[in-house]
Amino acid sequence: MCDGSQCYDFPPGYNARLIVLIPRLISQGGSVSDPLFGAMLQSIIDGSPDKAAELAQQALANGVDPLEAVNRGFAVGIKFAGDQFGCGEMFLPDLLASAEAMKAAIKILEPEMLKRGSQREALGKIVLGTARGDIHDIGKNLVATILSASGFQIFDLGTSVTPEQFVAKAKEVDADIVGVSALLTTTMAGQKAVIEALDRNGLRPRVKAIIGGAAVTSKWAAEIGADGFSRNAIDALELAKNLMGKGTAQA
Amino acid sequence: MRPRIQLLSPELIGRILREAFELLMNPGVRMGSAPVVELLRSAGVEVGVANNVANNDGVARIPEPLVRQCLASAPRDFYLYNRQGEKAVHYGGDDVHFDPGSCCVQVLDPDTLEARQSETRDLVRIVQVAEALPQFAAQSTAVVCNENDAPSAIGDLYRLLVVLQHSDKPVVTGSFSAAGLQGMIDLLAADSGSPENLRQKPRAVFDVCPSPPLNWSEFGSHNLLDLARAGVPAEIVSMPLAGGTAPVTLAGSVTQHAAEVLAGITLHQLAGPGSPIVWGGAPAIFDMRTGGAPMGAVETAMLNMACAEVGKHLGLPTHGYLVATDSKFVDAQAGAESARSAMLGALAGINMISGAGMLESLACFSVEKLVIDAESIASAQRLARGIEVSGESLATAMFAQTGLSGEFLKLKETRALFRQEQYLPSPVIDRSARGSEPPRDVFTRARTRVDELVSKYQKPPLPEDVLRRFQDIVDRETQRAVAAAALPRN
Repeated sequence: MCDGSQCYDFPPGYNARLIVLIPRLISQGGSVSDPLFGAMLQSIIDGSPDKAAELAQQALANGVDPLEAVNRGFAVGIKFAGDQFGCGEMFLPDLLASAEAMKAAIKILEPEMLKRGSQREALGKIVLGTARGDIHDIGKNLVATILSASGFQIFDLGTSVTPEQFVAKAKEVDADIVGVSALLTTTMAGQKAVIEALDRNGLRPRVKAIIGGAAVTSKWAAEIGADGFSRNAIDALELAKNLMGKGTAQA
Repeated sequence: MRPRIQLLSPELIGRILREAFELLMNPGVRMGSAPVVELLRSAGVEVGVANNVANNDGVARIPEPLVRQCLASAPRDFYLYNRQGEKAVHYGGDDVHFDPGSCCVQVLDPDTLEARQSETRDLVRIVQVAEALPQFAAQSTAVVCNENDAPSAIGDLYRLLVVLQHSDKPVVTGSFSAAGLQGMIDLLAADSGSPENLRQKPRAVFDVCPSPPLNWSEFGSHNLLDLARAGVPAEIVSMPLAGGTAPVTLAGSVTQHAAEVLAGITLHQLAGPGSPIVWGGAPAIFDMRTGGAPMGAVETAMLNMACAEVGKHLGLPTHGYLVATDSKFVDAQAGAESARSAMLGALAGINMISGAGMLESLACFSVEKLVIDAESIASAQRLARGIEVSGESLATAMFAQTGLSGEFLKLKETRALFRQEQYLPSPVIDRSARGSEPPRDVFTRARTRVDELVSKYQKPPLPEDVLRRFQDIVDRETQRAVAAAALPRN
C-alpha cells in the first residue's frame, strides 16, 4: 500500500520533524493555509486529544464551519498518520493516539454540524465483531477506531459474535459492510459461517463481507468467498473505502 | 544493570600480562626501521644487532617498567568528532560503536551475485548508506578503488578523500605505506581547518598493524610514530592467527596480541606522550582446513572479546573486528555469523567494532549485507542496554488505569516508552503478516533499502577553499608517489 511517495524516513524522535513537515502538508492539501487548520492537523499527528478538543472549541468560538475544520484540518492529520503508519514511520500507539484525538475533535464539532445540517457524510456503515469463540479483540478494536476516526459509522458487536448476531445487526442498521475478525486458526471457521449466514439471508452482494486476523490470508479470503481481507487497520480503511467506491484506487 | 560477558578471570588476565611482558624481553620484538631502533635505544632499550642490515631491523628487548611508564601516559579515553565539531564517538569505558569493515578489494554485485573489483562508485554507495544508518557511529575507508582512472599510487589517500567528500561522520582509516600517511593527515587537517584543530578535535582514527608474530615493520612503526607526533588517534590492529602465526590456544594468542600491542604503545607513547591510542585488533583462529582466517568463527569472536578485556583491564580504549562472515553470499551463514559476533562484541563492551558489510573472510564487501548487519547491530545495541526501569512502579500503575480491560495500547505510557523499550527495525526485517503480494527474502528487501537510502542521500556541502586544499594535497601526493615509484629498487 505504501509506494514510498508519502514516506519521509524519520529518524528517532520524529515529532520534531513533523513540525517541519506541516508546511509541506499544507501545500499538498492546497487549501489548508489557515494556521488554525495547521494546528488542528498537528494535534492529530501528535495524538493529543486535549489539544484537538481545545482547537475544535476555538474553531466553534471563531465561527469556523465545523465541516471545514474536519476536512481541512483534523482529517488531513488522520490521513497523514495513516500514510505514515503504512510507511512504517508511525506505530500502533501513535496511530491509536491520533484516532483518539480525532474522536475528541469530532465529539466537540458534531453538535454544531448537526445544527447546521452539515453533518460529515458517513463513508459507510460497518458492523464489526470477532468470530464466534474468539475473544481476541485488539485487532478488531484498532480497525474500529481507525475506521471510525476516518468517517465510517461503526457498530461494534464486541467479541465472540454469532453469525445470527452479525446478520441481525446488519439488517437493523442497513449495513454496507460486515467485518469479522479471528486470531486463531480454530476460530477462522467462524468467519466462513458469518459469510454463509449473510448469503442465506440474502444480504449479499449488497452487504460486503470482509475478514481480518493474524492467520488470515488472501487464499482463505478467496476460499470462503469474502469480499476482501486486510492485514492491518490502515489496509482495512483502504479496503473499506474501495468497497464503498470511495477509495483512492477508484478516485 | 548493563549486561556483560567476560571470558577471562582476573587471575588469567594477570597471567596473560605476565607472559606478555616476558615475551617483550624474550624473544623480544623485531623492529623494522632505524629511527624506531634509535628511539628505543634513547629510552634505554637494548636492541640487538640487525639481522638484516639493509632494513636496519633488530630485536628489541623492552623492559616492563618502560612499558608501564608508556601505559601511564596513554589516555584512558578520547573522542572522535564529526565535521560539525561535535563529539560523535567515545573511545573509552564500556561505550560500544560500530563502523563498516575496511579495505576490501572486491564487492558482491547484487545483480550477478559475483564478486568483482571494487571501484569508486562502490565506495560512494557504501558511504551514502552508512551515512544514513545511526547504527554506524563512524564511516570507514571501506573498499579500495580499483578502476583504471583511480590513482593507484595514492590509493589510501584517494579512499579517504572520497569518504570526506561524502560524509560528515568520523572515519576509521589507515594508510598503505609509511610515506602515504602524511598526505592523509594533511587532508584531515584541511578538513578540520588546521593541524591544531585536527589534534584538538580528531575526526579520524588510523589503523596501524604489527606483523605477527611480534614484529613491528618499518611501515607500521613509522605510522605509529608519525600519528603520535601529529596527535591523531592510532588504533593498533594486532592480528594473531591462532595456530598459524600465533599459539594455537586462544589464551596463547591473546598473550601474543597483548605483547604486540604493548610494544606498539611503547613506541607510540615514546614518540608522542599522551597521544590517543587504541588497544585494537583483528585476531582470528587459523582455519585448519583452508589455512584462512575465519572471521565468522565463534573462537574469532572469543579472541576479540578476550583481547579487549585485557585492554580494558589496562584502562585503555578498545577495538575489535567482528560482524563479518566467511560466506560468499548474503545468506543464512552470513546473517548468523555476523549477528552472533555483533551481540558478543556489544556484550564485551568493545568501544569500536569494525567489520560490518564484509563477506568472504574480509575479501569482499556487500552494501546489502551492511544494511542487514545494521539490524543485527541495533539488536545487539538494544541487548547491551539491558532491562531498564522507568517510573516508580513496574506494572501496578498501568494496571491501575487499564484494570482487566487489556487496553495497554491506549496508555500514555505505552506511547511514551515503546520506542525506548523496543528496537523498531527497518523493513529489512520482515515481521509482517502474509499479504496478497508474494513475500520477499532478506536480500531483496536489503536491495530495496539500499536503493531508498541512496536516493535520499544528500552530499554535505564543502567550502570551496577546503575542496581546493584537498585538490592541492592530492596533486602533491600524486607527484610524490609517482616519483617514488620511479626510483630504482635494490
